[in-house]
Amino acid sequence: MAGGGATGGSVQTDTYAGARGWLLLPAWVTLGILTLAPLAIMLVYSFLTKEFRGGVIWEFSLDAYDQFFFDRGLFGDAPPQIEWTYIGIFWRSIWQAGLATLLSLLIGFPTAYFIATRPEKQRALWVFLVTIPYWVNLLIRTVSMKFLLRDQGPLNEGLMALGVISEPLTIVNTNLAVQLGLFYSYLPFMVLPIYAAVERYNFALSEAAADLYAPRWTILRRILIPAVKPGILAGCILVFVPSLGSFLAPDLLGGARNFMIGSLIEEQFKGNAGNWPFGAAASMILLTMVLILLIVSARQSQKEAR
Amino acid sequence: MKRSLKATVAAAALGLTASAAAAEGKLVIYHWFEYIPQELLDRFSQENDVEIVMDTYDSNESLLATLKAGAIGTYDVAVPGDYMVQIMAGEGLLDEIAEGELANKGNIAPEWADPSFDPGRKHSIPYQWGSTSFAVNRDMYEGDINTTDILFNPPEELSGKINMLDSQGEVLAMAALHMGIPQCSTDRDQLRALNDMLQNAKVHWASFNSDTAKEVLVSGDAAVGQIYDGFAAKAREEGANTDYAFPTQGYVVWMDNVVLLKDAPNRENALKFMDFLLEPENIAAVTNYARYNAGVTGAAEFVDPALAEQPESNPPAEAGEPVFIQVCDRETQEVYDQIWTNLKK
Repeated sequence: MAGGGATGGSVQTDTYAGARGWLLLPAWVTLGILTLAPLAIMLVYSFLTKEFRGGVIWEFSLDAYDQFFFDRGLFGDAPPQIEWTYIGIFWRSIWQAGLATLLSLLIGFPTAYFIATRPEKQRALWVFLVTIPYWVNLLIRTVSMKFLLRDQGPLNEGLMALGVISEPLTIVNTNLAVQLGLFYSYLPFMVLPIYAAVERYNFALSEAAADLYAPRWTILRRILIPAVKPGILAGCILVFVPSLGSFLAPDLLGGARNFMIGSLIEEQFKGNAGNWPFGAAASMILLTMVLILLIVSARQSQKEAR
Repeated sequence: MKRSLKATVAAAALGLTASAAAAEGKLVIYHWFEYIPQELLDRFSQENDVEIVMDTYDSNESLLATLKAGAIGTYDVAVPGDYMVQIMAGEGLLDEIAEGELANKGNIAPEWADPSFDPGRKHSIPYQWGSTSFAVNRDMYEGDINTTDILFNPPEELSGKINMLDSQGEVLAMAALHMGIPQCSTDRDQLRALNDMLQNAKVHWASFNSDTAKEVLVSGDAAVGQIYDGFAAKAREEGANTDYAFPTQGYVVWMDNVVLLKDAPNRENALKFMDFLLEPENIAAVTNYARYNAGVTGAAEFVDPALAEQPESNPPAEAGEPVFIQVCDRETQEVYDQIWTNLKK
């Protein structure tokens, strides 16, 4: 609140007037050291020449970006064509993250609505219950998910005992397992912002619409959803963005048969390839994509606010 | 697990905390996860009045990446595999051990005293050695398993139930053996054929995973798993009905080595630690823990007798040649990187 509050702000502003720059210093230092400096290093590295077996040579080069977009064949001397490999990997990651987000929304929205419509005293308890599984480390939860979904796991055995299926469904090491894993990992990030939005929603509006003979579906579509849209948007971003770069779920549940963005980048630093500029370039391209997404959605909500 | 195992171990036993704080010196180890018994570290710490700090890594490549990213000068010793010793020496990351600096150097078993990856043992001493091949679940398949076809051209009942190590070196070395071509081949036809063969083989593979290579065999999720011999023995002991294969086409052999890192802050203690690990009794304790083999003369008498008899340590007469993973030059390596990316894209 740089300009002080709406009422009586001038007195407070004066209190800190001389020190304001200094008070912001910790925030700027933290941002600078923890966010901007690493980003700057990444950006610079993506334009350097790769050193064999990891590391960089301090010479400007566009090789990393060239490798991302152009295919020169197995031996690197064929005429350049458009490289679909990495675009394919990015597309697969976006698709997986998108489906996981959709799944989270379908389950998360009713859940949030349910919690927000409980008596006020109970809500804290419900929110608490949603967060309990997340006290456990993500790795443990992902491995547990694998045990649940296995061919001889409880899910398959339960379904077989009920006679729903006669052969176990193969879920582990498929894309479905990855989507389920991502969905489960990030569900609270969908539930909590929507809950916050629905809780603030004035239910008198729904009643008014009902009094005017609006069917339930119309109330949901034309009144409730537009009103809580910022919460839905925030939830989608909070689920989509970490899903996009995740590598635990693809590795453990998907069987790591195909690179995702996260594992592709990891391979450049920790794998045999040791191609740091390429890893940095792939990260920058990912970052740019996410930034564009955030800017577009911010523009969208600004437009609607007007 | 890959990203969770980075644990720092302050190796002072409970009762020794007070004295450890006042320990004479320090030793900073960079080691694989779950690869050294705590009692052994405690013993060294006590005998030499040295405080031990240990960080862990999960692959040779991540060891190299960490050191190159600036950790050199932090650690005294590390434990790279054979080909990585050669790479690290080439990168100038290793210090030289002068003649006479190691009192127990003569304990190194003769067959490991002058290996191709570190001629004359200038930078390293043996830690453990073993092989990498694959294990097959005998409830699922009863036929002959001593062929690389099991991995790359499997019988129908094993298709779709194969776990491969998520490691370029191990997979491509095994593939080269399967095709009977040299590991760092530069012949374009051979490389194209290798690329095609792997694309076709991948259809039969369920997953790439190194960390859970043992677990998927024990749980039955995989019927075939590319795996290290010690891990295969542990899987069998944990109830998997598996046999470890020694393919007639050959299999991979490896040795992990303790190296003296360049700019080691506690060089004296590092040398003491290497001498300590060259004592037959001490290195045998590692063998008993990790289920691999020591490379030190006289260690055998301290090793659990069951280990010498386990099938994973005894290749049959018709087994193929064991080979080390080779280090390719830059240009060749780039083609292999491309083949690996094609495989996993």
